[in-house]
Amino acid sequence: MRKKVIVDYSDRKWVPFWRRAKQTKLNRSKAGNGLLFGLMFICGIFMALPLVMIVNNALKPLDELFQYPPKILVRNPTMENFTDLFVLMSDSWVPFSRYIINTIIITIGGMIGHVLVASLAAYPLAKHRFPGRNILFNMVVLSMMFSWTVTQIPQYLIISWLNINNNYLALILPAWSFGMGLYLMKQFMEQLPDSLMESAKIDGAGEFRVFWTIIMPNVKPAWLTLAIFQFQYMWGNTGGTFLRDEELKPLQFALQQIVQGGAVRAGAGAAVTFVIAAVPITFFLIAQSNIMETMTTSGMKE
Amino acid sequence: MATRRRKVSEDAMTIAERQGTLRYQIHKNRISYVMIAPYFILFFFFTILPVLMSIVFSFTDFNVLEMPEFVGWKNYIKLLLEDDIFMVSLKNTLLFAVITGPISYMLCLLFAWIINEFKGKLRAFLTLIFYAPSISGNAYVVWNLILTGDRYGYLNGLLLKYEFINEAILWMKTEKYILPVLIVVQLWLSLGTGFLAFIAGLQTVDNSLYEAAAIDGVKNRWQELWFVTLPAMKPQLMFGAVMQITQSFAVADISINLAGNPSINYAGATVVTHLLDYGSTRFEMGYASAIATILFLLMVGTNKLVQRMLRRVGE
Repeated sequence: MRKKVIVDYSDRKWVPFWRRAKQTKLNRSKAGNGLLFGLMFICGIFMALPLVMIVNNALKPLDELFQYPPKILVRNPTMENFTDLFVLMSDSWVPFSRYIINTIIITIGGMIGHVLVASLAAYPLAKHRFPGRNILFNMVVLSMMFSWTVTQIPQYLIISWLNINNNYLALILPAWSFGMGLYLMKQFMEQLPDSLMESAKIDGAGEFRVFWTIIMPNVKPAWLTLAIFQFQYMWGNTGGTFLRDEELKPLQFALQQIVQGGAVRAGAGAAVTFVIAAVPITFFLIAQSNIMETMTTSGMKE
Repeated sequence: MATRRRKVSEDAMTIAERQGTLRYQIHKNRISYVMIAPYFILFFFFTILPVLMSIVFSFTDFNVLEMPEFVGWKNYIKLLLEDDIFMVSLKNTLLFAVITGPISYMLCLLFAWIINEFKGKLRAFLTLIFYAPSISGNAYVVWNLILTGDRYGYLNGLLLKYEFINEAILWMKTEKYILPVLIVVQLWLSLGTGFLAFIAGLQTVDNSLYEAAAIDGVKNRWQELWFVTLPAMKPQLMFGAVMQITQSFAVADISINLAGNPSINYAGATVVTHLLDYGSTRFEMGYASAIATILFLLMVGTNKLVQRMLRRVGE
């Protein structure tokens, strides 16, 4: 094996980026770097191109949207599409603010409830030993192995029986019991040291108190992650078959109606597509470091 | 003195015996049950019960309005022997799963692995670029613009310009293109939660492991990946597999939005679009439940199988 010379850069202020990796990572050939970073670059362009198009289309004036040959980049950027969108929004049949309020209720309701209910259940599952603990957790893991499409018909019937059809609760309540939230929360709580809770219990704190004053502040990255994931899910929800009344429909529904308006509304549609994509991406950006911290504990033990 | 000692040990015995009984255990942990109750009551109503109902309904004739009528295996027999469209959609779904599942899984791992070589802002930026499509909701409709069937479509425009083709291709209306195009779009969308788990998992691998491996004679990054990195992040690998597999079997929305439902000659039909067809359009709930049950078994079965395979990584 060729002997590696590790240059110590620790006394320098600025280290060239091609040297930085070598401080910690051994055995990196230049050819390998070239191959992998090249591949990354090409795939990065493929991944980013549709996103770039979404941004550019939103800024294109109408004549550029229907230009031949089509150009990806905008030449004369304008906010016309967004003003068009506002005009469309202001003369919709149901006041547009109504859609926004609906979305806020559904999203906040789904988020807070899920974080609370899932954390409350995750704490005993992570830290207490009681009969049924493993079976219950394994069922939750199993629930992540199939998608909700499998259960949608019976779910619809159950929601009708519970009489919460055509009600915000039809979207909010099922969202509280998503498996992934509980799973991530439990895995994250497991790494907390037991000593943390024991000292509080010696001071006479009950379980709920320990949960609220000791556990929850220490798992902030996890519940932020849950909130963001839940937001992404709720944001994309159009209300589907559950909300029939126009007054109850969320923003996403109204926005998709505009997109489906076709060529006449191409400009406003481009603006809508931008809004639909930009909102969840922005939230991810804000919470990225917390989400990554949560995901370090996401692994499945056998 | 002697009697007193015996009494103490008898007491200790009874306590030990009592602690062993289930009732005692449940009583002692009653607070735990109170804490998990809200979640698991909802979980029962919206996950467990629906799965059980789906299995029961799959043996009945049920149109929501009338009481379900037990028909035995009839739905399954019809589904597997007479329903040609189901066979097409099952074939498409399996193709989707077999192609997008492993490829997206490998891509998640590969990109996470390369991203792990970067630090700070660049790392955060690259993570965002690759992860963003999976969270941008319905924004994949932008592919409709790329795939527009006339010369105004971006792809057609590009191919025409460089004279790869002479006339515009109707991408989403031509049978042979539908599935491959949907697979590409699905791959674009598929670097989701599993991808994040991989990036995070790679960060947690202890640096001393790499140094020790280098001393033990690991020569290049590929060996390092196989002998050090992958075994060290096995838990993340298993989590990522669950995410990617479940996703790859559930493809439906992109097919409906890009190719339509029903698509040309059912070239874009998947088990889920077939399920939606019977469930929400025809209201044949018994039959739709049979489709759902088969999909459920497919998803869970594949997941279990892959979990078993992944345990052998690095051995």
